[in-house]
Amino acid sequence: MAYKIIAEKCNGCGSCEFECPNRAITAKGAIFVINPGKCTECKGIFPTPQCAATCPVPKCCVQA
Amino acid sequence: MTQNIVSLASIGRFNNKKPVTGCAASGNTSCGSAAGPDDLSAEVWQKVQDHPCYSEDAHHYFARMHIAVAPACNIQCHYCNRKYDCSNESRPGVVSEKLAPEEALRKVLAVAAEVPQLSVVGIAGPGDALAQAEKTFRTFELIHAALPHVKLCLSTNGLALPDHVERIAQMGIDHVTITINMVDPEIGAQIYPWIFYRHRRWEGLEAAQILHERQMQGLEALTAKGILVKVNSVLIPGINDGHLMAVNTAVRARGAFLHNIMPLISDPAHGTHFGLIGQRGPTPAELRQVQDKLGADAKLMRHCRQCRADAVGLLGEDRGAEFALNKLGEVKPFDPHQREIYLTVVEQERADRQKAKEAAQMAQTNETPVLVAVATKGGGRINLHFGHANEFQIYEVTSAGARFIGHRRTDKYCVGGQSDGNAFDTTLKALDGVACVLCAKIGDSPREKLAAAGIEASDHYAFEYIEASAITWYATKARNEATAASA
Repeated sequence: MAYKIIAEKCNGCGSCEFECPNRAITAKGAIFVINPGKCTECKGIFPTPQCAATCPVPKCCVQA
Repeated sequence: MTQNIVSLASIGRFNNKKPVTGCAASGNTSCGSAAGPDDLSAEVWQKVQDHPCYSEDAHHYFARMHIAVAPACNIQCHYCNRKYDCSNESRPGVVSEKLAPEEALRKVLAVAAEVPQLSVVGIAGPGDALAQAEKTFRTFELIHAALPHVKLCLSTNGLALPDHVERIAQMGIDHVTITINMVDPEIGAQIYPWIFYRHRRWEGLEAAQILHERQMQGLEALTAKGILVKVNSVLIPGINDGHLMAVNTAVRARGAFLHNIMPLISDPAHGTHFGLIGQRGPTPAELRQVQDKLGADAKLMRHCRQCRADAVGLLGEDRGAEFALNKLGEVKPFDPHQREIYLTVVEQERADRQKAKEAAQMAQTNETPVLVAVATKGGGRINLHFGHANEFQIYEVTSAGARFIGHRRTDKYCVGGQSDGNAFDTTLKALDGVACVLCAKIGDSPREKLAAAGIEASDHYAFEYIEASAITWYATKARNEATAASA
């Protein structure tokens, strides 16, 4: 179970990278990507996946 | 001296450093040498007199730069869409390149070496300066270490502000701007669809309530520490236009020293929610009505240009593109001597400009107030070709003198929120209600087109001081009319 970032929607603001408790998100060129191996969907840490909650673009950061 | 933001050639004596005498030499601006506003305390005026964003007088002479190190944001506003790389747009929240703190320092050093007018470096986004506060503070530390004379400021929506007031004070950041569009969550819910706070997304009334409380808390904490706080409000017709007096009362009560009303910029092409649903921005008259109601505060900020989050230069001018990272070669060292020379020249220019204004006022005749548009690239002088003007400064001229009341953009983007394909029509729209355009030069064709629209154009006052010229033009016109009437 992991989240993913839809590349063509990402505006590269980096909010998700900053909020991710697992350091699963890194910059790749001008946008950000989630490492599914590290993503836990924030289970047991926060009530809701932080990347999706902070992402300013609708339907950009979604369940993989 | 190589390239400068203000054409220093237009300030004739830049290279002949003359001794400065009189009150300008003492740096005491309260005696009228720099036209300090009457309603600011001497202490506050001392802090803002060289800050182009806070002082109408200073904006003729001093430059600011915004560094785009803060792309992330913790709230969503219906008037904002943080797209990058849209260099044609001039509005807040837009930048062409994001910078890491070290890159930002390099850019600031490059600008400081070229531009002796640089007095302020601000972080205004393109997201929120405090959403990832560490990055903002790290950038300020680097800049302060390299250029201790540069003033630092930041702009925030206030949500994260209460958590960072201590640090802001410690770092010596002496100006903070908070964008406050409401003090009533019912109104806030129509402006902010959501906020991200304490690890979750909040929507509707709850979101607006939290944001409001955090804004008030942050404002109070900053002013309690003696930090100057300006409040920006976006005027959104039909949503908060009737509410901004209440905002004004609330923020003044908590110690904000300025309240700046900015028009909503709304265009479907920008992709903002308000743009897409057809929420219009205010007309210049509506904006002025609200600004007039707020009286002295808003008057101080009529020169606000709603800069991009990576703007470089004097207000109304943006040289950001020239200082793109990939264009920076080896960065020249900053030369404090050049800046000292510039400061001396400015002291004298300010004093002379004030004297010229007073002398022109003496020679007044009877009158009705008229609007005069001025093409200028800074220095308080009429020094720009009509065709090169991306905006005009608007002065209201009466027998009491010439009073700066605002600026109007002529570029195709963001003319009161509406774009227009025809450049001259856009210019004419910007000059609505104006009796005369004062510029350094104007071609015959535009002069005739303006005349057809009932607008006089004059290059008679090329390179002269703005206020003195406007007053002289007005007095001459009044005299001619009186002569014609008696003949």
